[in-house]
Amino acid sequence: MGSYPLIFELSKEGRTGFELPELDVPAKDINNLIPEEMQRKTEPDLPEVAEVDVVRHYIGLSRRNFGVDNGFYPLGSCTMKYNPKVNEDTSRLAGFAELHPYVPEELAQGALELLYDAEQYLKEITGMDRFTFQPAAGAHGEFTGLMIIKAYLEKKGEKRTKVIVPDSAHGTNPATAAMCGFDVISIKSNDRGLVDPEELAKVLDNDVAALMLTNPNTLGLFEEEIVKIAKMVHDVGGLLYYDGANLNAIMGVTRPGDMGFDVMHINLHKTFSTPHGGGGPGSGPVGVKAHLAEFLPVPVVEKDGDRYYFNYNLPNSIGKVRTFYGNFLVVVKAYTYLKALGGEGLTDVSQKAVLNANYLREKLKKYFYLPYDRLCKHEFVLSGKWQKEKGVRTLDIAKRLLDYGVHPPTIYFPLIVDEALMIEPTETESKETLDRFIEVMLTINREVEENPELLHEAPHVTPVKRLDEVGAARNPILRWSKDWQK
Amino acid sequence: MKYTPHTPDEVREMLSSLGLNTIDELFSDIPEEIKLKRPLNLPSGMSELEVKKHLANLAAKNGSADKYTVFLGAGVYDHYVPAVVNHILLRSEFYTAYTPYQAEMSQGVLQSIFEYQTMICELTGLDITNASMYDGGSALAEAALMAVNQTRRDKVLVLATVHPEYRSVVKTYTWGPEIEVVEVPYKNGIVDLEKLEELIDDKTAAVLVQHPNFFGQLEPVEEISRLIHAQKGLLVVAVDPISLGILKPPAEYGADIAVGDGQALGNGLSFGGPHLGFFAARKDLARRMPGRLVGLTTDKEGNRGFVLTLQAREQHIRREKATSNICSNQALNALAATVYLATVGKKGLKEIALQSLQKAHYTYERLIGEGYEPLFTGPFFKEFVVKVKDEEEITQKLLKHNILAGPGISRFYPELAPALMIAVTEKRTREEIDSLVEVLGGDR
Repeated sequence: MGSYPLIFELSKEGRTGFELPELDVPAKDINNLIPEEMQRKTEPDLPEVAEVDVVRHYIGLSRRNFGVDNGFYPLGSCTMKYNPKVNEDTSRLAGFAELHPYVPEELAQGALELLYDAEQYLKEITGMDRFTFQPAAGAHGEFTGLMIIKAYLEKKGEKRTKVIVPDSAHGTNPATAAMCGFDVISIKSNDRGLVDPEELAKVLDNDVAALMLTNPNTLGLFEEEIVKIAKMVHDVGGLLYYDGANLNAIMGVTRPGDMGFDVMHINLHKTFSTPHGGGGPGSGPVGVKAHLAEFLPVPVVEKDGDRYYFNYNLPNSIGKVRTFYGNFLVVVKAYTYLKALGGEGLTDVSQKAVLNANYLREKLKKYFYLPYDRLCKHEFVLSGKWQKEKGVRTLDIAKRLLDYGVHPPTIYFPLIVDEALMIEPTETESKETLDRFIEVMLTINREVEENPELLHEAPHVTPVKRLDEVGAARNPILRWSKDWQK
Repeated sequence: MKYTPHTPDEVREMLSSLGLNTIDELFSDIPEEIKLKRPLNLPSGMSELEVKKHLANLAAKNGSADKYTVFLGAGVYDHYVPAVVNHILLRSEFYTAYTPYQAEMSQGVLQSIFEYQTMICELTGLDITNASMYDGGSALAEAALMAVNQTRRDKVLVLATVHPEYRSVVKTYTWGPEIEVVEVPYKNGIVDLEKLEELIDDKTAAVLVQHPNFFGQLEPVEEISRLIHAQKGLLVVAVDPISLGILKPPAEYGADIAVGDGQALGNGLSFGGPHLGFFAARKDLARRMPGRLVGLTTDKEGNRGFVLTLQAREQHIRREKATSNICSNQALNALAATVYLATVGKKGLKEIALQSLQKAHYTYERLIGEGYEPLFTGPFFKEFVVKVKDEEEITQKLLKHNILAGPGISRFYPELAPALMIAVTEKRTREEIDSLVEVLGGDR
């Protein structure tokens, strides 16, 4: 507990944990190979440690971390489901992990077949017509999708400037729209937590390029008027972008393609069980309807008889959004999962994800304010406002959850709910786990009454106590320095 | 194979607690007209045993580095990855965690990123490094956007010797905000300095350089730096992190932003991904950085700890005013880079760079000895290009000997064809190099 050394602080001059074979070619004077003024004169201050030091140090660090394998992780909007172990094994097969991206296509037939087949799965699940796996994450997928929309409109000779996002949207939506050069128009949700067709009508005009929507939305509520909304946007010549962050709720039940969406991304690291890696790598494949396929990033994967190949010949493509073909090994993990589950298994995923969320919602709503009290999909949002009246903030509740070995829900998002607690249990959690979480939440709720100080001071059992984030931002120290050694 | 733990009894019990009888009722809020009303038309699921076999069969169809000797490079290099890296990556406390929003239970990831930031600062000589980007190409594109925002100028120069895929990504990223991108032509495999001087003006936000460049050649970075800084633009350089074991750190020749692909640092070939992009800059650019940053702080008892910081730049706070839309980083790949750099250490990194340099030059000398002509004659690090009679023919011939080299230059620079790129890392043995030369030699 307490402070933990940095790897640099374990360094001892002259210690090594690595050795190469002796150089087996004649060594030349480096000054004859690299002009002297281009050479490095001072060594970088990398640690000098033995292999065992490295292992113990990072195993120690791993023990100061918490993942899905450690316990319940109901982090709303992030779909922290269990990550099957076989995915890790298949993605480490040498045929994938040690494959160079520029091998001739005849030596990448297995990889190409995998990409091709994975695309067929995603098409059927979503009702879209083509996919690219190039985007490396959800936000990267949004960027790709909006650029595709921009290219489509410009080819039609239209220079539309606006992208509409609901006030409940993920922050990446407006940030992406701005990055693509659009003006962002935010619209207020109605009192049912949904897009208000009347509000939408007010901002719809011939300048609208797209509406970005998550469905179910970030409150976990299904946009019941989606068909009408889609028609309204299409009627003014705009397109619909589907943020696939919440796809886990609807597989086998309904499809973005059938709702009227033109472009979407999927977070393979959410719905398709690839691990989040402490922040990445993710993968954000983008799907489009047929009329937008010509704008996809190059290359796309095609099949000719028994042969698979990369097609770079898309003259209207937006170009590349990343080098090579995306986070391929993440796709291998997702593909493994798709193959394991099949159509029936994927439908079961959404059913159980929604069942678990509604079960928790029903059990917790008596103790925590539930602003939108009706059927939810894969997640729901509570408000800590009753607790706030008693002097305890949602942040305190979250920090107290750490003491009970539960990763807290997403907090203070979506922005339209005061003191929000966004809870997404996912389908891989058992009823026992959910019941224990309910018990913990009720215990914390009792502590709000009986011992609020316990919450203000939380967490108590983590490796470090509550950290000073304000101080960190005021005086940013972003790297270790030798001068720290006293 | 299903990963859901519910028994039929539990499902009934949970439904009844909601006053429902069937699972379908959970979806009654979805309009009938958009319901699928049929099973997904997908193959049945597989057991783990079957799925493993299926994936192994696909993997076996690929020509990977366990079957071929790799002299392919062009942005992805076959450097050795010490065993310890994968073993740390398999710690599921790391790989099954989310972005470390709850700092007190995420000190492992946060501290590893802080160590990573420090290491990249050490390699590049720059003051600050973010928690990583998607890859080298998108890192370079984000650097271009950052330079435009910093200088309030809307033109970016990119050398034609920068990796063609990086340039393509830069073009995609700069198209939305309507930034003008001008390519600077090359001469004998490096920037044409006269042309560069002509093109730089007081509207130029930055010049984007790759060093060593796509051809493996070393760019005249000091001169480029002088030229761009004379007009108060920024120098953005994409570097091979391994080369920094022996090449001058970018800060020392005046780079304002240094980026690159961290694949070579403990990440495998991976058919091109996932890798990581690293992104380092001068201290005064901190508030314009894209992506996550980890900072040092203390807890209320005075213990050292780490948190995500300067988040007021980011999309979840600033929304449309954010410095970038990037939300994630490549944390696990950055962890691989951190464990790699910790393991090889300062001596190891230098040795890896030196051996790559020596072996690449040995290969080069031997091919020249066989009568091959180099495409360019300037100094290079671990990669070079030689003229060949027929790219396709020679590639196929090498394949017959289980050797992968290339790619052929025609893929990206048809005006330079026919020629073959060759990359040599510390992993290649003299025997392997001699075999390559022997196969190529017979063709001359």
